[in-house]
Amino acid sequence: MTTLFDKEDRKKKYKKVAYYPGCALEGTAQSYDKSTRAVGKALGLELVDVKNWNCCGAMEVKNIDPEIQTYLSSRVMSNAVNENKQDVVMAPCNGCYHNLKKAEYDISNKEKSKQVVEKISAKAGHKAYQEGEIETIHALDWIKFGFGEEELKEKIKGGLKGLKVANYYGCMYTRPRHIFPEKDQGGDSESTSKPHYMDDLLAIAGAENVEFPLKTACCGGAHTLSDSDMSTKLVLNILEAAEAAGAEVIATECPTCHSGLEMHQIRALKRLSKNTNVKVIYFTQLLGMAMGLSPRKVGLHANVSDSMKFVKQKGIA
Amino acid sequence: MAIHEKSLIRPENLSTHDNLVIDGVDVSGDWSTFIHSRVVSDYNEALEEEISALPGGEFIHRCWQCGSCTNSCTVNAENPDFNPRYWIYLIRMGMESELLRDKDIIWQCVSCNKCTSACPRDVVPEAVMKATGHWLELKGHTAPSNSTIFDDVFTDQVIKHGKIEDGEVMIDFMKKSKQPLFQDWFVQMFKQMIKGFPVLSLMKMGWSTVFHPKTKGWAKARDAINEHIEEEHAIQRKALGLDTAE
Repeated sequence: MTTLFDKEDRKKKYKKVAYYPGCALEGTAQSYDKSTRAVGKALGLELVDVKNWNCCGAMEVKNIDPEIQTYLSSRVMSNAVNENKQDVVMAPCNGCYHNLKKAEYDISNKEKSKQVVEKISAKAGHKAYQEGEIETIHALDWIKFGFGEEELKEKIKGGLKGLKVANYYGCMYTRPRHIFPEKDQGGDSESTSKPHYMDDLLAIAGAENVEFPLKTACCGGAHTLSDSDMSTKLVLNILEAAEAAGAEVIATECPTCHSGLEMHQIRALKRLSKNTNVKVIYFTQLLGMAMGLSPRKVGLHANVSDSMKFVKQKGIA
Repeated sequence: MAIHEKSLIRPENLSTHDNLVIDGVDVSGDWSTFIHSRVVSDYNEALEEEISALPGGEFIHRCWQCGSCTNSCTVNAENPDFNPRYWIYLIRMGMESELLRDKDIIWQCVSCNKCTSACPRDVVPEAVMKATGHWLELKGHTAPSNSTIFDDVFTDQVIKHGKIEDGEVMIDFMKKSKQPLFQDWFVQMFKQMIKGFPVLSLMKMGWSTVFHPKTKGWAKARDAINEHIEEEHAIQRKALGLDTAE
């Protein structure tokens, strides 16, 4: 497990990584998938799709059986190691990223998790994932270290022109902290209480990041349909706090957060007559447009929150 | 003297007399409010053990009642009755009837893991909430919550195909939880979605709903998963003194 940062080492390692899009990026979050691939391509970073992947278990399977969730995530890592021959797997979805990290932690620390993974992998006919075989990273790590911040500056064409952005990281990227041993290590490492990787990248892209207190607040994503009234309240807190902080856009890095914000922005208007105008855009879409990619290239037209006119008015596209 | 923080006392435990004269002294009204003392006589000594036997409940015995979980809780900020610290206390004391008063809100935990991050004793309160929710349902105190229905719909698809298709999960869940699919906000969202959505993507999504995305060669994994879940559920039911057949 790498806990100390060696930037040159990471740059080499992240140049070509296994890519785990997950179910959401093939369904409702196609624009996140599209923009991630487009940005990677423009930066010369290579993605190899994990062969014949499966669902990581999201936030649901653990409630039926936690070890099955660990198995599901371990199978993805096993495929990336044994089928793709990669030692780094990148997941842009916070849920997938979190579950792969959690599986790594559980397999290394819980005897039962390890046993169940061994047992089911054997029955399913594939190699069981072994601890430490792969490093799981987020799309943020991939761009920040795989391409490098200094180099990114030269790739910005046009930029975000001082766009006021609230960076929203959500729950699964930082909590619980024990499954992210590489975070909170000082230096260039990510902070779990005040994450800043997205802020860093978008600042380079020319955004003006606002001081946003709800960076790691919860959008109620787990209950977006099963307890919609609660989710609407939680999302409204986030939308209103972003507007109060002066943000024009909330930048997202998770498909569940993103679709939750979009859906409950509409629901808050319909049910609570609370109107908010802040736009919801994936950070990869913002980054792509700052690099001169067209809004269509980064799938902006496929977002529910309509920002096509907005980016034109702002002179970003 | 007025009672401070009256909101913390249940209304049925407060009594105020409109007309009460004792020894010729008029003690009517608010200032003579009495608080009935509570008597708990139906301890369930097995409660902590039963919840510990369910996945997620394993570490409840570590709790030292600091309240970091409730203090950091997302749901508590919206609804003060949602109180993980208090429920853990009740479970460990075996105060089942007190716990049952809140049986309809415990499932509302949104799994944001703020409590789990804040807990100095690694109780994993988030998982304890899930275990408690399951205990309530397994014991027949509540019908399956929306949260459980969603977990079931989602997990069924994963076990069956290896992957999920979000449209199908949504439709299936709304049907099983008896909610109308075409609500005002949903129609509005759908309109906005198809307005800008590329035809190709829409076709892709439509295609996925009919021809479910699948992981190749999944059958063996599926059977092994089902077998494991059946074994685990049988062990859990036995620990709760229930019939092992579901």
